[in-house]
Amino acid sequence: MNKPLRRIAIFCGVLIFALLARTNYLQYVKADELNTRDENRRVRIERYAHERGNIIVDGKSITGSKETEDSDFKYKRVWKNGPMWAPVTGYSSQAFDASQLEKIEDGILTGNDDQLFFNRTMSMFTGDDKQGGNIVTTLNGAAQKAAFEGLGKKKGAVAAIDPRTGAILALASTPSYDPSTFAGNSKSDSEAWQALLKDKDKPMQNRALRETYPPGSTFKVVTAAAALENGLYTDIDDATDSPLPWRLPQSRNDLKNEGNIPCKNASLREALRWSCNTVFGKISDDLGNEKMIEEADKFGFNKEIFTPVRTVASIYPEDNRPQNAMAGIGQASNRTTPLQMAMVAAAVANDGKLMQPYMVAERKAPNLDVIYTHEKEELSRPLSGENAQKLQEMMETVVEKGTGTRAQIPGVTVGGKTGTAQHGLNNSEKPYAWFISYAKTDNGSPVAVAVVVEDSDASRGDISGGGLAAPIAKAVMKAVIDSEK
Amino acid sequence: MSVVTNTTTIGAIDAPSRRNTELMLMVFAIAISVFAYANVGLALDGKLPSGMFGYGAGLILLGGVAHLIVRKFARYADPLLLPLATLLNGLGLVLIWRLDQSPRLIRRAEILYGVFTPSAPRQLMYSAIGVALFVGVLLLLKDHRILQRYTYISMVVALFLLILPMFFPAKFGARIWINIAGFSIQPGEFAKIIIAVFFAGYLMVKRDALALASRRFMGLYLPRGRDLGPILVIWALSILILVFETDLGTSLLFFGLFVIMLYVATERTSWIVFGLLMSAAGAVGVATFEQHVKSRVNAWQDPFACFSTDTSGACEQIGNAIMSFGSGGTLGSGWGQGHSDLIGFAANADFVLATVGDELGLAGMMAVLLLYGLIVERGIRTALAARDPFGKLLAIGLSGAFAIQVFVVAGGVMGLIPLTGMTMPFLAAGGSSVIANWALIGILIRISDTARRPAPTPAPSTDAEMTQVVRP
Repeated sequence: MNKPLRRIAIFCGVLIFALLARTNYLQYVKADELNTRDENRRVRIERYAHERGNIIVDGKSITGSKETEDSDFKYKRVWKNGPMWAPVTGYSSQAFDASQLEKIEDGILTGNDDQLFFNRTMSMFTGDDKQGGNIVTTLNGAAQKAAFEGLGKKKGAVAAIDPRTGAILALASTPSYDPSTFAGNSKSDSEAWQALLKDKDKPMQNRALRETYPPGSTFKVVTAAAALENGLYTDIDDATDSPLPWRLPQSRNDLKNEGNIPCKNASLREALRWSCNTVFGKISDDLGNEKMIEEADKFGFNKEIFTPVRTVASIYPEDNRPQNAMAGIGQASNRTTPLQMAMVAAAVANDGKLMQPYMVAERKAPNLDVIYTHEKEELSRPLSGENAQKLQEMMETVVEKGTGTRAQIPGVTVGGKTGTAQHGLNNSEKPYAWFISYAKTDNGSPVAVAVVVEDSDASRGDISGGGLAAPIAKAVMKAVIDSEK
Repeated sequence: MSVVTNTTTIGAIDAPSRRNTELMLMVFAIAISVFAYANVGLALDGKLPSGMFGYGAGLILLGGVAHLIVRKFARYADPLLLPLATLLNGLGLVLIWRLDQSPRLIRRAEILYGVFTPSAPRQLMYSAIGVALFVGVLLLLKDHRILQRYTYISMVVALFLLILPMFFPAKFGARIWINIAGFSIQPGEFAKIIIAVFFAGYLMVKRDALALASRRFMGLYLPRGRDLGPILVIWALSILILVFETDLGTSLLFFGLFVIMLYVATERTSWIVFGLLMSAAGAVGVATFEQHVKSRVNAWQDPFACFSTDTSGACEQIGNAIMSFGSGGTLGSGWGQGHSDLIGFAANADFVLATVGDELGLAGMMAVLLLYGLIVERGIRTALAARDPFGKLLAIGLSGAFAIQVFVVAGGVMGLIPLTGMTMPFLAAGGSSVIANWALIGILIRISDTARRPAPTPAPSTDAEMTQVVRP
């Protein structure tokens, strides 16, 4: 009977060998793949096992980490003044992933990024706990506070940038949300998340970067730039060829102005001061769709911008003549993000140079070594220096004695443009109140800002860019100038 | 074939008893287990666990008693079997204790049952009962051939044990438990040993008839119905019962046991062919019609599918187990530092091997698998050395069953084959399993003792001087 016994022995050996081969395959060959699977909860356990790096504003951290109870995720993210900073930071939740800066800079914040490899290796030897790196932002706390508090209970957004560098100084969006409420993975976190998703005011929408609005009259700055750049008019004080009433091309409708304002053959300066639809509609039509698109593109329209947080593309579309004329005054299919309009103001303020907007100034390793510094970068040059200065004069006139007087700051030169964008079918809904502006000091222009108020308690007649949006812009500019000193 | 003890050549060689080797190995086995226990405590709480000395003392007591009994009543037994079983049992206790400390499992138990009961103290108690049974086997079973007398009684007892769980409610999708006085017993574990006794007894008697009185059919030798009939009926009956109870692992085990023993008894390769064909047919058939099995086959094919669809959660366990192995990597995350408790249900029972994979890594897994391999190897060696066909058949039956059980459980947990619920011998939490496997080791030790016992010196013969042959 020994012969079959030996064969059985071989069979049993094969069984054991199969198990050995399998364990080698799983634990050696496949280990890396298994350890990075989405289903693998260890990945997230490890991720939350250490304190996350912080996001820094004005040298102070606006985020933190809190130890959680009753969960295998040891730390959760907390935000200081979450609703105010949410449009900048985004969220990072144990249960619902992350967004915006928290997501894009996740590698640095968790300490897993390849750039931190050396750091990680060192702390392996020194036995230090793993730590995340920090993200130093360009934001200005005072400006952000002014923007957020200025918007208050109104629905809207503010974007402010430093025209000289492109550094983003403020990004506010209201109504906002507190990412701390759903940073964990408990039941209450889940309820908070669901409530936010269902909220019809869309508090998690980043209106400063991800929402497009018709820009209304603020777009006339771009139209004016197009007129100057294309040589349609050269002197801003010369009369333009603008009949009143002016009939829209291929149409039986006259383009109307808001109220009875002196727009017939008005100079560019006066037309911007009074916000003449007829003058700028005709300029857009005279230049044609192609040239208008070209100029809008130079200001950053029609492409996504990465700050590094993605900003949706603002659209100046290819269109027929009457639509193009309407787009020239910021209506029709012309749509833009608040950041885009801040870029328009910034390009004008910076003598025609548009800088690439950014909000990450530095990435720092856990040991505070700087591993990345943003170099300012020119995005495009929508205006010549000469034309930019002409446009500045025009915008300054608007603030000095036009529709934007509420943005005046004593002792500071301010240029701006109001806008009241129609919205809804046949202008049926409350219009959007816009204001874009910049401030100038001896040291160039430190701030350009765009404000949009989507909705407020103000009655329809009281809604105007100058009335609702300009004071917010003023507060933001003032905050920046004060902190410059 | 009458009872013969000293006619083979093996017995003539005076084998050393190797009891001191066994003692050294026992010390080693217990020391490793105690060290592992200390290691878990240090990793989890930064201090030696409070129960360490009690645990060490318990293990020393159990191992010591077992060793002394072997020394006294089975002097020539295989020296490896007892230390191997002790080491696996000791490591199993540490693993179970380690999983008892998992806050995740505690929370889960509190949510599901309102209360958490640690498994390690129970397992220690079951191990004690197991060792007691081991001692009992060695004390009562002076010679394994006594079991031959109980061939048909074994058959009745085995069938009775298999049928019993049908009168108890199903748990976790299988009807394999009986509950008596708060303890749940898995009779299948004991039936495994008892049916091996029946097969061995029956085949020993019928082996010549089965092997020789056969007809050739399509190149295969088929034995006569009257020889094969009874055993085929019993075997089919047990498989049917098990399938009905949806205890697939055990039915596979019984099937393998039957084929192996029949093959060894008849020395006819055709049985292997038959066995493979039938098991393939059976597996496909069952997998097609049984929902329980179908879901497990699906989980085996794609262990990560249900994480996204989240239907039955059938694959979540196996997926988590596979990721445990991955997370262990080559050297493991270290005692107490893995996350194998993510598996949740049965983490310390059917899936205990995943904890080994996670915390001891590839190195630990290979070591543990080789420990099992060694037990099987010592069992087969015992079968080879046994001098009587009954002992040979019983030893190969038991070691074959052990090997198949290890393969089915470990292969299932590692995703090599579809998962069928069975326990990892000695390592997994579960009373019946530990007790039955200690009995199994007891019987193997008894057979090996008989096999290695030196032949008694022949009675002095008056003319011995003249007829003596000079031995080399």
